[in-house]
Amino acid sequence: MLTIKNLHAEVEGKKILKGINLEINKGEMHAIMGPNGSGKSSLASVLAGRDNYTVTEGEVWFNGKNLLDLSPEDRAREGVFLAFQYPVEIPGVSNLNFLKTALNEIRAYKGLPALEAREFLKLTKEKQQLVDFHSNLMNRSLNEGFSGGEKKRNEIFQLAMLDPQLAILDETDSGLDIDALRIVSSGVNKLRDAEKSFVVITHYQRLLEYIIPDFVHVLYNGRIIKTGTKELALELEERGYDWLKEELHLKESV
Amino acid sequence: MTSDMILPFYQALTADVTALAAQVTVPSTDAVQSIRRKALERFTAMGLPTLKTEAWRYSNIQRYLKEFPYELLNNAAPVAPTVAQQAAIPELDCYRVVLVNGHLQADQSTLPEGKGITIGAMSAYADAPGFVTYFNQQHHLETESLAQLNTALFADGLYIELAANTVLDRPIHVIHVYSCTAHSFIQPRHLWVLNRNAAATIIESSVHPETTAVAFANSVVETVVQENAELWHYCVQQGEDSFREVSTTAAQQFKDSRYHHFSVTLPGTPFTRNNTSVALNGSHTETNLNGLYITNKHQHVDNHTFMDHIMPDCNSNELYKGVLLDDSNGVFTGKILVHQEAQKTNAFQQNNNLLLGSKADINSQPQLEIYADDVKCSHGFTAGQFSEESMFYLRSRGIGEEAAKALMVNAFSHDITDAIHVPALQHFLQEQIAEIMNN
Repeated sequence: MLTIKNLHAEVEGKKILKGINLEINKGEMHAIMGPNGSGKSSLASVLAGRDNYTVTEGEVWFNGKNLLDLSPEDRAREGVFLAFQYPVEIPGVSNLNFLKTALNEIRAYKGLPALEAREFLKLTKEKQQLVDFHSNLMNRSLNEGFSGGEKKRNEIFQLAMLDPQLAILDETDSGLDIDALRIVSSGVNKLRDAEKSFVVITHYQRLLEYIIPDFVHVLYNGRIIKTGTKELALELEERGYDWLKEELHLKESV
Repeated sequence: MTSDMILPFYQALTADVTALAAQVTVPSTDAVQSIRRKALERFTAMGLPTLKTEAWRYSNIQRYLKEFPYELLNNAAPVAPTVAQQAAIPELDCYRVVLVNGHLQADQSTLPEGKGITIGAMSAYADAPGFVTYFNQQHHLETESLAQLNTALFADGLYIELAANTVLDRPIHVIHVYSCTAHSFIQPRHLWVLNRNAAATIIESSVHPETTAVAFANSVVETVVQENAELWHYCVQQGEDSFREVSTTAAQQFKDSRYHHFSVTLPGTPFTRNNTSVALNGSHTETNLNGLYITNKHQHVDNHTFMDHIMPDCNSNELYKGVLLDDSNGVFTGKILVHQEAQKTNAFQQNNNLLLGSKADINSQPQLEIYADDVKCSHGFTAGQFSEESMFYLRSRGIGEEAAKALMVNAFSHDITDAIHVPALQHFLQEQIAEIMNN
């Protein structure tokens, strides 16, 4: 589904990603971990098409299409979704109107007619329950005055509504208390199926107790330095990242 | 056309304005004739504003007056009802007043009727008590030469007076049709009086059906909001390319009254100047001045506002928001004058702009003159572009760049549109904004 080959990217002349290789197949859950500044969120931004990043080398293929050639909106319409680490507040744009516009733009891209108001509301009600997203938040301005937990739940709610093939969750767990974390994780778990893939970017192993990954990758200094299964996350929790860094330096000095 | 070939009307304005006064043939009382003569003298003394006139520094009115060989037009030829229909607002349950060049068209209008309601042509009510008491009494008019010109030469207009305790059950939609066969300078004059405890909503729109004959309207509305009365006053400006406008609204408020004024200027008319002034002649009043201007091409929109806090314990809130596209220009002037007696005044002012065109610009001038020492006053100004982070957020959800901009402009203007208390009008304007942004 997604193939990343030797991806290099920089921001304002500073090299951030230095040769990422990653293959993600249908239905897989990948976790990307790593210390601060290792490039985790940058990878998410580059995949979603944030325009202050310049890709200097490498390729990203998504279902046979060159993802890097597409505008952010076309990436979303093709089925890539980024749950933001810091969801943006947009006063004056109602949540409902925003979702309706997004959903219908994606449908139009796929040649589908706009959803009827009744169908849209039915879908909204159904997906709201997934993340316990209160109806009274729906008519409010997008994320305006939402608590941290409400914002993150809104991201997962949008994910459920837009039904992408690939969802990238950028530190969705950061800033959440344990109850909110449970709600968000259970929402994500309910959305897992054989067609949908996830990339979960996190700083903490805690999230991976609730969302069980198929693969865990460690990103350090703009590259994936180790890939393993969920046990790797536990090991990182116990031992930190230093042993990996040492291993890396040993390898590189040989 | 070069400027020296011009222009009987413009020459008359600058050289022989009394000759124009002779053209005004609307019957009137001696009192009105005397007011007109004084206004003519004042206009002659002041002359037309130039770029050296402080209040007109950024709006070159002379250029627009010389643009076409205008003639002063005082009468109205019959106009088909379909013309006024162009300004209709869908789903708006309202009374309708159609004026052609300021002259009431009774057959096309649905006027409110009943006890306490007086409504008709200005020329028919020069003896009415409200007219005698309030006509041309808002003192700000004296300092504005174009308002003086209107007083001296106006043809006719709409007179409304609501007796004490009269509350209109529906809005009045006033449709100004400006119709002419040659380039014309048209000057309607209106007076709307709400007596004690009266309440009304008045919505103004205009239509100029011709595309070859240019109409320049120099209109004046005086409103009077007496003790504990409330007026919602909406001005929707969606003019045509062959229309120019100087629109003066002069309000007087008395004790405990509420006045909500909305000025919404959308693309179309190349030149719009709105003079909006409120004189607070009583205490404990509330005033909301809301403005929204969305401009494109070479459009020039100048909102000139004056909040005159004469009496203590009054609240005023002024919010003007602009979206400037293409090469358009905006001007905002917000004068707040707090007299020495006007203690405990709250007067707030904001002017926020989105500059979206590469050559768009805005000149914004707050002018606060405060002579009282126990007041709360503030003003603020911003000019900026869309937040990149917000744009990216919307686009990352599959919303295309144009649709995202339309959403953002709607969001930007929501402080104004949300405050509109007539749902049909609110919906209509939101749709208009979306349409402008989608084109």
